[in-house]
Amino acid sequence: MPSISSASSEAFELRGVSKRYGNIVALDEVSLRFPAGSNTALIGSSGSGKSTLLRVLLGLEWPDRGEIRVDGALLEQAQVLALRRRVGYVIQEGGLFPHLTVLGNLALLPHHLGWSRERIRQRAEELAALTHLPSGALERYPAELSGGQRQRVALMRGLMLDPDALLLDEPLGALDPIVRHELQDELRAIFDRLGKTVIVVTHDMAEAAWFADRLVLMRNGKVVQDGRLDDLCKRPADPFVTRFVEAQRTLRGVSA
Amino acid sequence: MKHAWLAMTAMLLLSGLTHAAPVRIGSKQFTESVILGEVARLASRQAGVQAVHQRELGGTAILWSALQHGDIDAYPEYTGTLTHELLKNVPPDADIPTLRAALKPLGIGITDSLGFDDTYAIGMRADRAARLGIQRLSDLAAHPELRFGFSNEFMARSDGWPGLRQRYGLPQAQVRGLDHVLSYRALASDAVDAIDLYSTDAEIPYYHLRTLDDDRHYFPHYEAVYVYRLDLEQRSPAFVESLQKLSGRIDADAMRQMNAMVKLHGEKETVVAAGFLGVQPDGDGSGMWMRLWLRTVEHLRLVLISLTAAVLIAIPLGVFAARAKRLGHVVMALSGVLQTIPSLAMFVFMIPLFGIGTWPAIAALFLYSLLPIVRNTYAGLTGIPPDLRESAAALGLPRGVRLRRVELPMAMRAILAGIKTAAVINVGTATLGALIGAGGYGQPIVTGIRLDDTGLILEGAIPAACMALVVQGLFEGVERWLTPRGMRLEARQ
Repeated sequence: MPSISSASSEAFELRGVSKRYGNIVALDEVSLRFPAGSNTALIGSSGSGKSTLLRVLLGLEWPDRGEIRVDGALLEQAQVLALRRRVGYVIQEGGLFPHLTVLGNLALLPHHLGWSRERIRQRAEELAALTHLPSGALERYPAELSGGQRQRVALMRGLMLDPDALLLDEPLGALDPIVRHELQDELRAIFDRLGKTVIVVTHDMAEAAWFADRLVLMRNGKVVQDGRLDDLCKRPADPFVTRFVEAQRTLRGVSA
Repeated sequence: MKHAWLAMTAMLLLSGLTHAAPVRIGSKQFTESVILGEVARLASRQAGVQAVHQRELGGTAILWSALQHGDIDAYPEYTGTLTHELLKNVPPDADIPTLRAALKPLGIGITDSLGFDDTYAIGMRADRAARLGIQRLSDLAAHPELRFGFSNEFMARSDGWPGLRQRYGLPQAQVRGLDHVLSYRALASDAVDAIDLYSTDAEIPYYHLRTLDDDRHYFPHYEAVYVYRLDLEQRSPAFVESLQKLSGRIDADAMRQMNAMVKLHGEKETVVAAGFLGVQPDGDGSGMWMRLWLRTVEHLRLVLISLTAAVLIAIPLGVFAARAKRLGHVVMALSGVLQTIPSLAMFVFMIPLFGIGTWPAIAALFLYSLLPIVRNTYAGLTGIPPDLRESAAALGLPRGVRLRRVELPMAMRAILAGIKTAAVINVGTATLGALIGAGGYGQPIVTGIRLDDTGLILEGAIPAACMALVVQGLFEGVERWLTPRGMRLEARQ
């Protein structure tokens, strides 16, 4: 594992990063810093570029212009695999492989890295306790799990190697409200306990504010505002910020 | 289990490679040719030469090509075929010495005429011809009331009816097109008075017909001969001598009788040929179950070797096609084009490359098996949801590991379905291998079609259908066994 550069306390940094898919601009001159140990929520409508931002940080996409720095060092193709191994990545549907049991999913990377069977099982059981996954579930296949359980397993898979950072792309997007609420609580407790660099992508303001003090609102590939919830509500940088904030209906608003 | 499999494959391969050294005689896919092939084989046995007869190798093109490439050493042919189809720069009425000179540069020799001419002829019922006093074609001109029934081919060819009418100045107006099989019955029942036929047709003695003398030499000569490779004169001079001794010994009547024995009385070609030569038939003597077993082994060998090779090549090709999109399209298009080549043509294309027998058939079957496997591998891999493929990448697994541990297992079901399709097609198509000497279940089918013997056709068709079913069932089992349980669960939802 590459050593963490002491020269910089930034876990991730984007400098003038642009990315287009054909005519669509996914990222437009984005510059952002994510300090080590910080929690950040990326918010915005779909197509605003927030998922692309996570993907360029992992080297799943390469920017057309600009540079990515990880722990102060420029991200290059050669280090991508090593980088990915110290970053946990969780996507909306969990991305679990249907042909493998839960344990098989968790074991993929550790097995490749030469971990022993016992070590893998021990780590899996630790994480099952952390994420409140029922103990018998390790032997089950993804198709035999509930949506919430699948998401817990996806998080466990991201945490297997005890990475420095967690990138979560709409991790709770596909869940029903009760499970979602429960998992929001648990995720936040886990973030607080592990103290890792966390970047969560969501389009739900309340969820974003629950996970992170720092909110980054994106639109059409640009950062519109980067601040606390209070800043977005009271000191919007742009009329779009107010529209986005007000578009999040509260129950009080509906019943009034 | 795995070892037994390997041993079996190796055994099958070896038995294909260990060809003995006897002289190889070929024959075309019709009765007269097979009988003449047997006559040649038995005559050489009489002369103390070891010879094998590869029966029913298909049409002229296959035999000619096999002779030129040395896959067979000799086969019965007709002078008219040599002048009209096989040799260029030879006059259509070339005699045998002219042909011998033209064949020599090709390394091919030719015997003198065996004693009969198998050409088009016009036939009438012998009793009726006698009553009308008709012996020669020119006698027909005096009987304008006669009704003719000609095969459609004969009606249409310029060297058929139109030319015949002109040469002999025939006045008959009642001329109908008839199917050749029906024309004998039409003649026997007096529905027509004269038909076209081949001068050695088995039906001529059976229906008591008279073939009219071609006194103005209208029809081209199709003298029966043996053609053989000239290198036999060094390798096996005794064999060449035994072939040459046959010339002049078989007249049209004798050939007709032999054809009739096989086609109308169900005798075996070997028995008929032996009877003609006055020797003991050596016949295979094996019962139906032994024959069935031998053909099953031959058929399985064709299928197993070609399918194994196709799996080994097609899966990597499919992986490659899924990876390299643009080149992948080229791979897919090429394997698609292979599939459009008619099977018989494919088998024939393989002859210059692999000769005749098992190997060209295996090569053709291999090519046919590629497409279903390549296509299903490609579809299985590209059908994996992008977020799953990306999840594997995001874990930090190298490409090879992703392919082995994630992508191929997820595509397994599609790949196996492709192999199953290829296997079933393969079992069916392998029956055509008999036409180029590969044996298998196609052999009784080919013979059955030639002799119009449904029982014989079924002797090949039923086992082939059973093998296809077994293969299908086997692969369904393998599919269940190899498809990861988690994938089956998902399918159930």
